Amino acid sequence: MKNRHKRLALIAGGVAAFGIATALVLNAFQSNLVFFFTPTQVSAGEAPQERTFRVGGMVQTGSVQRQSDGLTVKFVVTDTAKMIPVSYTGILPDLFSEGKGVVAQGKLGADGLFRAEEVLAKHDENYMPSEAQHALDEAAKNTIATRP
Amino acid sequence: MIPEIGHFSLILTLFVALAQGCLALAGAARGNAVWIAFARPAARAQFLLIIVSFATLGWSFIVKDFSVAYVAQNSNSQLPLLYRVSAVWGGHEGSLLLWLLMQTGWAYAVSVFSKQLPDVMVARVLGVLGLVTAGFLLFVLLTSNPFERLLPAPIEGMDLNPLLQDIGLIFHPPLLYMGYVGFSVAFAFAIAALLAGQLDSTWARWSRPWATAAWLFLTLGIALGSWWAYYELGWGGWWFWDPVENSSFIPWLVGTALIHSLAVTEKRASFKNWTVLLAISTFSLSLLGAFLVRSGVLTSVHTFATDPRRGVFILMLFAVVVGSSLFLFALRAPKVGMGGRFELISRESLLLVNNVLLAVAAGAVILGTLYPLFIDALGLGKLSVGPPYFNAVFIPLMVPALLLMAVGPVANWKSAKISALMKHLHVPAVVALMVGVGAPFMLGRWSALVALGLALATWIATAVVKGIVDRMRATRTGLRAQPLSWLGMHLAHLGIAVFVAGVTLVMGYETEQDVRMTPGSTVSAGGYDLKFLGVNKAQGPNYVAEIGDIELSRDGRILRLLHPEKRSYISSEMPMTEAAIDANGLRHVYVALGEPLTDGAWSVRVYYKPFVDWIWIGCILMALGGLLAISDRRYRLKRRERKAALVAGGATS
Repeated sequence: MKNRHKRLALIAGGVAAFGIATALVLNAFQSNLVFFFTPTQVSAGEAPQERTFRVGGMVQTGSVQRQSDGLTVKFVVTDTAKMIPVSYTGILPDLFSEGKGVVAQGKLGADGLFRAEEVLAKHDENYMPSEAQHALDEAAKNTIATRP
Repeated sequence: MIPEIGHFSLILTLFVALAQGCLALAGAARGNAVWIAFARPAARAQFLLIIVSFATLGWSFIVKDFSVAYVAQNSNSQLPLLYRVSAVWGGHEGSLLLWLLMQTGWAYAVSVFSKQLPDVMVARVLGVLGLVTAGFLLFVLLTSNPFERLLPAPIEGMDLNPLLQDIGLIFHPPLLYMGYVGFSVAFAFAIAALLAGQLDSTWARWSRPWATAAWLFLTLGIALGSWWAYYELGWGGWWFWDPVENSSFIPWLVGTALIHSLAVTEKRASFKNWTVLLAISTFSLSLLGAFLVRSGVLTSVHTFATDPRRGVFILMLFAVVVGSSLFLFALRAPKVGMGGRFELISRESLLLVNNVLLAVAAGAVILGTLYPLFIDALGLGKLSVGPPYFNAVFIPLMVPALLLMAVGPVANWKSAKISALMKHLHVPAVVALMVGVGAPFMLGRWSALVALGLALATWIATAVVKGIVDRMRATRTGLRAQPLSWLGMHLAHLGIAVFVAGVTLVMGYETEQDVRMTPGSTVSAGGYDLKFLGVNKAQGPNYVAEIGDIELSRDGRILRLLHPEKRSYISSEMPMTEAAIDANGLRHVYVALGEPLTDGAWSVRVYYKPFVDWIWIGCILMALGGLLAISDRRYRLKRRERKAALVAGGATS
């Protein structure tokens, strides 16, 4: 009798712990998944408003403009097909530069300006961020597909 | 010629490892004493051969032999000698050679420190290790040969990634690999026990020090990686929940569960199946970590190459290890007895809860790390799981684990009385409540999370101190007379308390600001004033740098000058940020240069990080605790005594 109780209690405890953990995980998952969109997808209106997401591609050459406060930077992210204006306040990563790959995480405003909270560039300049590469590949595929 | 010796020596090791694996295991199965006796010398020979290989690669780096492709990719004639040596493991191929050095080194250690073990058992353990070594050797020889020649030889090498030209890199990979690979010993012990059908507390006692040793190295390796990222990447964060960090943290979580579960198996002969499963999982997850980091699935500073063959090979190795060991487990597990019984409130059930929490936490981290990869592989889009997910899941899971951490060591095995627990723990509870409620007021801003974190840290620390004092009083002995493994446990728990306090205070009171500073302007952080004096150019051995002068002062009194640097490496034209940190054990003032703006102004990163050192001090205490535990005399008892105990145990069961 006693052993059965003990085992029941252990099983109940295990199930409860597992249930709570699952609930925590799913709850946190729901709100913390950050999706990636290419500039083409963003201009097609596929990206959500009022929710954080990532956009990536190349920094358009000649598009980087520093604002008068010295810390806000505006630049354009392109996948060669479409362009998205981005603004970021803070210090950019060492490897951020024009003509190189970049991934920005933030929210899209109603005015079409992407306000980045975080800008990621690569640790090593030989490598392209995989997401940025993906954006370029997708755009290249689309241009080939639409060509007559 | 020299590199070919290294290559040849690798091939030779493969044959020795294969022969050792087959002969030792077959010998153990058939009781052939000659084959069994082959295991120890074979393990030593492998270690020696890999040392030769490693030394030849090191020599090629030292003499700047750019005809070796790996040297040409990771070195440069201007690279200082220290970094030329550490560049041996700065790239993919060399780091695998380091892995092999560690792998054969652990096997060598087993062959030396196993005099008290029966020869059959040693043969099985070394046989399994030999097969694992052979798997990795095949991987190196087929996909990642560090001795490949480049003809014609380039005049100049491409240089080591500047991020890796740092003292942190010299020690981070070796420590981490010692941990990763060290769990292969615990794995080999588990497989050997399954093969022998002999899963008992003696087996647990044998594998315990090995698991603890691996765990302590992994702890140090992760801590050093965190410290390195903190100051070298210039972001000032100590943990990012980056997939690469996670892939070393997952084996740590499961390994922590393993060393606790092994304690139960040794003392009470319970949890046997679970312990074996954990030993298999820990090593498998180390392999999974290696796959994630090395295959190019994740892009990060750790990903050296994106040769898909490599990823496939590690995945196959992973599948073989997991598949065969789980198959063996399924065959043998039903024959394993239940072991000692225990009550609902007992040390066993507390440790069971600890194991469940750690395993669930590991599962949650695995989910967050692998989910984006699965979604990407299935072509369902690209996404990432950010730090908020991990914090939201991990912290609530660890709170009960930390609460129970003070209870476990004072609870009796088999059956514990609540009244006895209360007697032990009412003092820590009162102190923890007082500190939790009071301390945040003194530190400035009261918040529930800071109160909780500090209360938990105090609860554990007070329980540790009280536990040690109580025992010394009860036995009327000094600190030196206590068993080392028992003191080691308490020291490691104290390390957790220090770590939790550090994390809580950093997260609660750190300030981070990115500011524009013109020469002469001042910014304040955490009660300190930082005056920007200007930036000067300087020349390093293989880079040019712009070095900032920043005057740190408090209440008008000048403390020191800080010199953050912005470097540009000549060979790779890669920019690098070197932060300047003023540390005193209680707080860091952290300054990093951003970019030059107009009029001699710079964007500057100014962080104030209270108690951030405690995070790494806590990890060092945990590792020291592990070191104390494995130096316990009881693991080195004479073979004769053990044999007598075995015979006696066999007669009664």
